[in-house]
Amino acid sequence: MTAIQVVDEPENPLVRAPLVEGKNDFTSVTNIIASVAEKKTPRGWYLMFGISIALLLNLGAMIGYLVFTGIGVWGNNIPVGWGWPIVNFVFWIGIGHAGTLISAILFLFRQKWRTSINRASEAMTIFAVMAAGIFPAIHVGRLWVIYWVFPVPNQMSMWPNFKSPLLWDVFAVSTYFTISALFWFVGLIPDLATFRDRAAKAGRTVAAKAYGLFAFGWHGSNRHWIHYEKAYLILAALSTPLVLSVHSIVSFDFAVSLLPGWHTTIFPPYFVAGAIFSGFGMVITLMVPARQWLGLHELITLNHLDNIAKILLLTGTMVGYAYGMEFFIAWYSGVEYEQYAFINRATGPYWWSYWIMVSCNVISPQFFWFRSLRRNPMVLFIISIFVNIGMWFERFVICITSLHRDFLPSSWGYFSPTLIDILTYCGSFGLFFTFFLLFCRFLPILAISEVKGVMPEANPHHGHGHHGNDAHGSHAAHH
Amino acid sequence: MSKSQTWGIVAEFDSASAIYQAAEKTMANGYQRVDAHTPFPVHGLDKALRQGPSPLGWLVICCGFSGICLAQLMMWWMNGHDYVIWTSGKLPYAWQSTIPVTFECMVLLSGFGAVFGMFGLNRLPRLHHPIFQHATFWRVTDDRFFLSIEATDPKFDRTQTVRFLESIGGKHVAVVEDIQ
Repeated sequence: MTAIQVVDEPENPLVRAPLVEGKNDFTSVTNIIASVAEKKTPRGWYLMFGISIALLLNLGAMIGYLVFTGIGVWGNNIPVGWGWPIVNFVFWIGIGHAGTLISAILFLFRQKWRTSINRASEAMTIFAVMAAGIFPAIHVGRLWVIYWVFPVPNQMSMWPNFKSPLLWDVFAVSTYFTISALFWFVGLIPDLATFRDRAAKAGRTVAAKAYGLFAFGWHGSNRHWIHYEKAYLILAALSTPLVLSVHSIVSFDFAVSLLPGWHTTIFPPYFVAGAIFSGFGMVITLMVPARQWLGLHELITLNHLDNIAKILLLTGTMVGYAYGMEFFIAWYSGVEYEQYAFINRATGPYWWSYWIMVSCNVISPQFFWFRSLRRNPMVLFIISIFVNIGMWFERFVICITSLHRDFLPSSWGYFSPTLIDILTYCGSFGLFFTFFLLFCRFLPILAISEVKGVMPEANPHHGHGHHGNDAHGSHAAHH
Repeated sequence: MSKSQTWGIVAEFDSASAIYQAAEKTMANGYQRVDAHTPFPVHGLDKALRQGPSPLGWLVICCGFSGICLAQLMMWWMNGHDYVIWTSGKLPYAWQSTIPVTFECMVLLSGFGAVFGMFGLNRLPRLHHPIFQHATFWRVTDDRFFLSIEATDPKFDRTQTVRFLESIGGKHVAVVEDIQ
């Protein structure tokens, strides 16, 4: 097997940097990824898992308290009827966009560097969508009749109103969750088979049976790979418009209303750019520590982090453009309510949230113009935290500041969250991290078979002197 | 009562290029029921083994079209026919407002078609397969490449085929039994 040199000198644009660094071959790639799940559980994992479980239990307690008491336990009130729960919903669903973007869009564009980050990002997507889905469900107040949103017969003999964007959202989010989970599972099958075979060889019978059950009896047959690759390509082609549609439809929740500050045509692309921005922010937040603690430097290289940072720079700047364009259109429309809504955002009682949003989302990614900062994991991690904070505040600004001063000045108010709001939000992180930590512990956190597929020796015409290569080369030349 | 019959012969190869050349030689030698088993899809191997493309796309198109029709039927019947809801002076059924849900239903059914269709075409899940009995086959999900010739192949011969696979560089060539 050919050793691959570490490329860390200034990038030569004519030479593509290797996707796997160090002296790795197929065997060592399997070993690096499988050892994450096979070696003894690190003590730090138990610590983080304990904290996450505690937060998850707290989420259960908060939801229980809410259901037994009522929506009044939150800060939501007239005029701010959509408080933190909707802010948190849009925050989490936005984070849930990077996984499918990496899996699907980068796959269609043949961006092979996706292979080392797609698995964990897809897992992140699924857990983020789970965290997101909780909020609109508990926001309806009467959780026990949530099935009214589905087209199933109910005691009122009524059907859901399909003209409502909120119902579109139900279909969008549930479809997105289902397809993302299937996409993730299909990708996992060959790697679960790897875990099965390693466990069986090492005599860990229970693990071998458990992995074997979900590996579906995969044995790498080429006939299977043909259908498998086709299914993967089709899922990528389906997920690409899906991922764009989901946040567009989330933005319709706002844009289809007539409220100044919400009723704008820029919302769908602006929300999608913001979702990609926040999702990649969370990818960095999770992958930089994971890469460090789990020893994945040679598979998740600085070149990968560099690429993610470039996407953050691009989408952050697009979001900044949208902030500016919203202001311009408000002024250009000549509608005084629209103009007031935006001036109030930047200079009204919630001015601080607006400027936190702008500085975190527009200014902080500008550091990524510098190559040395893009390739510094510590800087990436810190800026990714700012991105997470900024994107939460973006949704806060959109929801709260557009609502708190409505058309009738006598009903103006100032929204403050309650302790229950804050604890519920913290609890959603517990849900997210509990699942993510379990994933890191028990499942292949990198796509083993895909990483092998992008290594140079995966090419059947690699290395083997001239006979294989030339025969085909001359064959092609004849045609 | 358990009876055993020969399933086929399996040989191990070291690299993607070795399995590719072995596949070409095996096909050139006149074998037909040949398959490769690899840790990742090896580019071009389907052509070397003369395996045709997957028909999955057609299945998915049918599923997607059903999704569109079912979504339209559902929304027209529920909102425009069975229980008409007049809100904001909008028509009970208008195609414009049905686009998002129609799109989502199309994607959902297409996705089901792609995933479950793939499992169906591959005859998976199948938790047991005779080939798992080969001594080194567990490395197929790690770093080794295998070529199998099934016993149903017209040219199959227990000694000749073993000898042939060894002559093209196969290691650990072994006859695999199907125990039932």
